[in-house]
Amino acid sequence: MKTQNQKAWLFVLPVLLLVAFNAIIPIMTVVNYSVQETFGNNVFFWEGLGWFEQILRSERFHAALGRQFLFTALVLVIEVPLGIAIALAMPRSGFWVPVCLVTMALPMLIPWNVVGAMWNIFTLPDIGLLGYFLNHTLGITYDMTQNPVAAWVTIITMDVWHWTSLVVLLSYAGLVSIPDAYYQAAKIDGASNWSVFRYIQLPKMKNVLTIAILLRFMDSFNIYTEPFVLTGGGPGNSTTLLSIDLVKIALGQFDLGPAAAMSLIYFAITLLVSWLFYTLMTKDDAR
Amino acid sequence: MALELKAITKRVGQVTHVKPTDLLLEPGHFNVLLGETGAGKTSLIKLMAGLDRAASGQILMDGQDVTTLSPQRRNISLVHQFFVNYPHMTVFDNIASPLKVAGMARSEIQGRVEAAADILQLRPMLHRRPHELSGGQQQRTALARAIAKESKAVFLDEPLANLDYKLREELRDQLPELFAGRGAVVVYATSEPEEALLLGGKTALMADGRVTQFGPTARIYRNPQNIASAQVFSNPPINLAKASVSGGMAHLGDAVSWRLEGNAAGLPDGSYDVAIRPNHVTPVQTGGATVPLVGRVLVTELSGSESSAHFQFGADTWVSLAHGVHVFRVGADHTFHMDPSKCFFFGADGKLAA
Repeated sequence: MKTQNQKAWLFVLPVLLLVAFNAIIPIMTVVNYSVQETFGNNVFFWEGLGWFEQILRSERFHAALGRQFLFTALVLVIEVPLGIAIALAMPRSGFWVPVCLVTMALPMLIPWNVVGAMWNIFTLPDIGLLGYFLNHTLGITYDMTQNPVAAWVTIITMDVWHWTSLVVLLSYAGLVSIPDAYYQAAKIDGASNWSVFRYIQLPKMKNVLTIAILLRFMDSFNIYTEPFVLTGGGPGNSTTLLSIDLVKIALGQFDLGPAAAMSLIYFAITLLVSWLFYTLMTKDDAR
Repeated sequence: MALELKAITKRVGQVTHVKPTDLLLEPGHFNVLLGETGAGKTSLIKLMAGLDRAASGQILMDGQDVTTLSPQRRNISLVHQFFVNYPHMTVFDNIASPLKVAGMARSEIQGRVEAAADILQLRPMLHRRPHELSGGQQQRTALARAIAKESKAVFLDEPLANLDYKLREELRDQLPELFAGRGAVVVYATSEPEEALLLGGKTALMADGRVTQFGPTARIYRNPQNIASAQVFSNPPINLAKASVSGGMAHLGDAVSWRLEGNAAGLPDGSYDVAIRPNHVTPVQTGGATVPLVGRVLVTELSGSESSAHFQFGADTWVSLAHGVHVFRVGADHTFHMDPSKCFFFGADGKLAA
């Protein structure tokens, strides 16, 4: 006979509390702002879904969203293949393994605002190592504070430098977990390097790659600190990504209502894309 | 088709994995490589398969020197202890993969794959992926690949080690007939003496990177030419002790002695290493087991319908293995009996004397 009571709820309570303070309450605060208008002094006016409508129709939001998708797409298109390529080229055993791993991990250990500051100084046309070299040694006009293309090249390069390592390390972990027997079987079949990659390494790396791409998508889509420190969204609005625009609206213009509505839309997009991607990747439930 | 090794060796850095080895492996029966883990079985297979380069010596297939040939040009198959299949291909594509690489016509691939699948009862699974199969089916897929490829040599490196007991027995029974009449040299590596005996054919005993004896399995089981071979071909480990022979009598320490008979009768006086398999040391006196040995029982084990006891005999630990359930008192002395006609005598040079 089974005992029927409500004790189970007690066991769920700690997690519920944690999630409440960690996620639900902060989000509900934002939801609260997103449907009201305030001019400070704790005075609120009901606004309904007006802010959402305004944000979704706003040219400025569309532009920032477009830049955000462009940034994330470029970053993924460069970092994922590059990361896999570096992981494939790394030694599987011997003295150089720890050297490579530590070298790879270094960029990820640097605080994000320091990364922004580093690349800012690095690329200054007159005193930065790279900026000076490009402008004065190679004679290429390069100034990311003036030229949008230069600014984009710089933030993409910075992100690639900062985060390709994540893809490398995860791919590498997937690669070293493949038993030698697979490579031997391929050798006996006479399979080409491409076949080994396509039919052994890639399928065996699929799980870690899914996680790597997911993490890189979320991080790059939500990126704030590095481009803020590096370009501040400029020149003009050319590198004003979603998060930078959001902070401008919330803190610069103190438009709390529209900023809150925008946060929720931003959050929903991140969630939706992540969910779609993960569902697609794990659909056939293959190893 | 015959596979011949001539003084083949393998070194990794300063370590010798395979010491100079000569072997002539022929089709028509199983060639078993029997040895403990680390004896060099896999090293030898990798050399024969071309996955590793020999440090010296020659490998001949059908009289042709293939020592420096890459694996895909030797036309061989290798089945591993792990179930190695391409994870994202169906069973059909897995079996067909070497044929596709070889550029064979689609219709012929279809025929060969289906024939191999029929032999291994994989027909209903041809469109599944490896991870949807049981361990036994995955290993059968790997075997089907070897069969469909119709290679000249098939290397099976402990292919049953990762299967559960029942599947192992089932597949082991099927193996010899799978490869019968295919004209391929079949090499089967195992660490279990029972498997060698069950698979028959010829067995090469390996210890410490060298082949200590090679010949028809039953014959080398009965006549180990040296101590190493006797040790390899015994499970539980063979019992060893120092014995002295004088005037047609053998002596183990002070307490045990017996008259030498049969082919041991003419053994010259001197000191020998004597070896006897655990199943010829029994807890009770039986027909042939007449020489009593007193030893203190250390550990006892019942497995299935067999009883084994480890006991202290002089300076050595011996094992007794007998059918039926025998009860021992651990720590107490027990009188075991051994069959003197089953003793092997090895001379000072380590070779079989009688």
